[in-house]
Amino acid sequence: MDKSKRAAQARVLRRVLRYLGRSRAYLAASLLLALATVLLTLYIPKLTGEAVDRMLGPGQVDFAGVAAVIARILVCAAVTGACQWLMSLCNNKMTFEVVRDIRNDAFAKIERLPLGYIDSHPWGEIESRVIADADQFADGLLMGFTQLFSGVVTILGTLVFMLTVDARITLAVVVITPVSLLVAAFISKRTYVLFRRQSELRGEQTAFINEMIEGQKVVKAFGRKEAVEEEFDRINERLSACSLRAVFFSSITNPATRFVNSLVYTCVGLVGALAVVRGTLSVGQLAAFLRYANQYTKPFNEISGVIAELQNAIACAERVFELIDEDPQTPDAPDAASPSAFHGEVTLQDVDFGYVPARPLIQGLNLRVQPGQKVAIVGPTGCGKTTLINLLMRFYDVDRGAIFVDGKDARSYTRRSLRDGYGMVLQETWLRSGTVRENITMADPSIPEEEMLSAARACHIDSFIRRLPQGYDTPVARNGEGFSQGQRQLLCIARVMMSRPYMLILDEATSSIDTRTELKIQEAFNALMEGRTSFIVAHRLSTIRNADVILVMKDGSIIEQGDHETLMAARGFYYDLYQSQFLGKAI
Amino acid sequence: MRSLLVYLKKYRRDAILAPAFKLLEALFELAVPLVMAGVIDVGIAQGDTGYILRMCGLLVLLGVAGLAVSITAQFFAARAATGFAAGLRRALFGRIQEFSFSQMDLFGTDTLVTRMTSDISQVQSGLNLTLRLFLRSPFIVFGSMVMAFTVDARSARVFAATIPLLAVVVFGVMLISLPLYGKVQTRLDGIMTATRENLSGARVIRAFGQEDREEERFRAQNAELTRTQKFVGRISALMNPLTYVMVNIATAVLIQRGAVRVDSGILTQGQVIALLNYMSQILVELIKMANFIIQMTKASACARRVADVLETEPDMPDGSLSLADADPNAPAVAFHGVSLSYKGSSGRALEDVSFTARRGETVGIIGGTGSGKSSLVNLIPRFYDATSGSVEVLGHDVRAYREEELRRAVGVVLQKAELFKGTIAGNVRWGNESATDEEVDSALAAAQAKEFVDSRAEGSTAPVEQSGRNLSGGQKQRLTIARALLKKPEILILDDSASALDFATDARLRAAIREASRDMTTFIVSQRAASVQHADQILVLDDGRLVARGTHEELLASSPVYQEIYYSQFPKEDAAHG
Repeated sequence: MDKSKRAAQARVLRRVLRYLGRSRAYLAASLLLALATVLLTLYIPKLTGEAVDRMLGPGQVDFAGVAAVIARILVCAAVTGACQWLMSLCNNKMTFEVVRDIRNDAFAKIERLPLGYIDSHPWGEIESRVIADADQFADGLLMGFTQLFSGVVTILGTLVFMLTVDARITLAVVVITPVSLLVAAFISKRTYVLFRRQSELRGEQTAFINEMIEGQKVVKAFGRKEAVEEEFDRINERLSACSLRAVFFSSITNPATRFVNSLVYTCVGLVGALAVVRGTLSVGQLAAFLRYANQYTKPFNEISGVIAELQNAIACAERVFELIDEDPQTPDAPDAASPSAFHGEVTLQDVDFGYVPARPLIQGLNLRVQPGQKVAIVGPTGCGKTTLINLLMRFYDVDRGAIFVDGKDARSYTRRSLRDGYGMVLQETWLRSGTVRENITMADPSIPEEEMLSAARACHIDSFIRRLPQGYDTPVARNGEGFSQGQRQLLCIARVMMSRPYMLILDEATSSIDTRTELKIQEAFNALMEGRTSFIVAHRLSTIRNADVILVMKDGSIIEQGDHETLMAARGFYYDLYQSQFLGKAI
Repeated sequence: MRSLLVYLKKYRRDAILAPAFKLLEALFELAVPLVMAGVIDVGIAQGDTGYILRMCGLLVLLGVAGLAVSITAQFFAARAATGFAAGLRRALFGRIQEFSFSQMDLFGTDTLVTRMTSDISQVQSGLNLTLRLFLRSPFIVFGSMVMAFTVDARSARVFAATIPLLAVVVFGVMLISLPLYGKVQTRLDGIMTATRENLSGARVIRAFGQEDREEERFRAQNAELTRTQKFVGRISALMNPLTYVMVNIATAVLIQRGAVRVDSGILTQGQVIALLNYMSQILVELIKMANFIIQMTKASACARRVADVLETEPDMPDGSLSLADADPNAPAVAFHGVSLSYKGSSGRALEDVSFTARRGETVGIIGGTGSGKSSLVNLIPRFYDATSGSVEVLGHDVRAYREEELRRAVGVVLQKAELFKGTIAGNVRWGNESATDEEVDSALAAAQAKEFVDSRAEGSTAPVEQSGRNLSGGQKQRLTIARALLKKPEILILDDSASALDFATDARLRAAIREASRDMTTFIVSQRAASVQHADQILVLDDGRLVARGTHEELLASSPVYQEIYYSQFPKEDAAHG
């Protein structure tokens, strides 16, 4: 199991490196600068050692020599400083750009995910992958990259410098070093699992927080604050316990490697001092060595700290990649047609469908709609009306059978062209952040002003928009807060009018619009539906009566079909439904 | 931001012990150069191998002691940090639950979620790091200086001059970058909103073929974030090189001074090395401190944002009355000249509305889109406070009641049907935790939800997903109605909550509600004339004003607005034979 985990980590790392590959020049520059920085940094202790060796005792100081060394130290320090800064810039650029690219890819995947995924996964969790995980990953990567590389170079550089001074002491240092690595590896292996678990628990908590903050009004209305808080406490305690372990175990790394350092330092001191006593080493060289011993082991310190951070970063990256790797919706066939216009003939043939394969919702559905026909879909709540729309729009694909548009399987068109063919207004209005204008002209921002205004006027929303502080340029915030449900629906209708579709889907499109306004926009609606195949889901039977075909759905199948008169005459389910409009009177 | 410290109180012991143990560790570390100077000046100078061995033994002991205290410190720091974060999350969650509706509208859910999640985890790492480093690093810096003074006071002046300069650089960079990190967070919020929007609007975006454009928008926003991040990074990246150069200048001065002092016999070689070691210790600590400060600036920007929410007091002062104080003879609800305007909006949602609803009455509220129907009923359970005028429930101003008491009396079914992860019964039981299964069943039946609930294999224990996503709009609405009915409130408000139901179900629902409780006062807000026409009185709203009030027959005879609404739904010929 450990092996497969390590393999998974390696895969994630390789993938991050692939993302890095896009900015190779900066990577190269960063490596060069790191190299220069490290070498110069290492050179300075050697210089200091030389300076110390030029002041042996009272009256034995070589002032000219000391001055020359000092000059070299100052130049080295200045160059090092410059290199360090430039290196940080390169690293910053790489890290932030890799995260940017990963975020872009994750977002692009959201746009291509099957709706089934979005409908069945907590949004908070998907969000936390794109935002929090990517962010934590950025932090870990930045720290990791800066320190890991210069750490490694420091170690190698120090070894070389030490070798030039004294091979035996170097050997002593090299022998103790693996201990430090082993300790770090041991700890990081343990903490990886803990961090992953922490990431999961955090996702769970985010989902809960999301739900409760969104439903805060209901929580308040029912005085459920305490109960909700209790539930929150339960998750919170679990998260906090897991965090404590993850944080504590990962933070042992530092003291442990620092301890190994002090062993290395002592060892250098001991072997070095004995060598000075024997006369094979100068005091200045010992001083340089001691600083090397520090410099040599410090990176191990940092590397192990970095490894803990990278563990977390990798756990986070893994979650982002999981999202990026989700199967996208089945891609359009390579030879998929992309017609610019549709006649609007829609046929459903033996369609079976269920959101969960085990629970079929629609079975053996057949339907033939002629171009330009108005089809009203009625039936009790939960009869499958919305599902039918999901299938027509190809938000979901049928399990069996097929939907034909203009005589060709809907799957033989590109999704884009098929959906362009439809105009859709849903009961759940959705506005995006942006201006009112951007929302209305969503289908095509290049639409002339005059056309937009006339659509808005036709929907009787123009005067309302004009009264807004910035008219059509008023920003719409957070899914249209500040607009009433009805106003949002009017905006959505105007939006569809602008898109000039060939077929229409209206799912309770006017449910929140008062009947007076609805009556007023009826004319616009009629014009919109003129000559267009339209699917209308509505409860207001008066709007349905004018339909060419009324489909009465129940439990996923069509139980009656025909126009208003025929269905009324049949005295079936539709008749009951229609009569019940006045049932209120009997009570 | 100080307000956050309260949550550290519980962990005060840990928060004191962690840095204390860190200081112990630092002490052990500070002793090392002195021991080494001894090795050089005594051991090497006198060729005393035994002394050298003893001193090295001492170094190992110092190392072991350092390890022990440092692990202890890490534990206390981790416990304090994670405990603090948990407490903070809890407090923030509690505070958000207390916010009034208008405060929720003002903050927006997205920001609140970021603050609860990623902001707090940044604060947690910040605190953890603080406890470990904030005393240790300055202590080592000053400790090195003090040790240098014990070696040679004149040379140590270099330390005294360098440290304040270093402090200026360190704090200068910090002060500049701190507000910039706030900006990064704001941009991150923007990206979060975009992600959320694209999840909630997936259908519309795809229907309009907007995937590519949304991607483009996201890319632009993301690029903006990256740019800001890089800018901040550039500034904070200055700290390390600047301090490095400064320390090395100090080292050069130290060598120069040391050379003079060695020449005149005041200092030994070993002492110069010790001084240089202390200087390099300062450099090492500064590097740590720079990293620490970068983390801290980020964390404190996050802490600021968390504190902002936490310090926002709920803006509806609670009353003191309980339901027992209600006047049994007073009308259920009375509005006296009530006006309402929402925060941040200039217009009035309601204008001078007055009416009285007797107990047991059914009150219908009808009117056009944006006419103020929801605003009116939202005042009854005090979701918002009237801007002027007063709202009385059961004989007292709503502001006089304790919030929970008022909400116990008033059951609301909101326009937007919100359900929560759990089971169907669990959701309905929000109305009354102690209700029996039979009571739950009859609430479901009255809400016309029995049929679809029974059609599930698990019945009322069928799972409800997050936000009720596995249910249709109509199913959700009926469950929210059942939830309110189970509460058996004195006043029930249905705010257009049957819009997704077909007429037959809607009618049966209203009948069942009447049946369920004869003395419950019911407010029905609807677009449908059929839903309100049998009410005891109907309030007709137009543009925030109460333009007519009466029974269906009265209004049909006298109110042009009502006539228009009614006949738009019931063309005259139907109404005649209906």
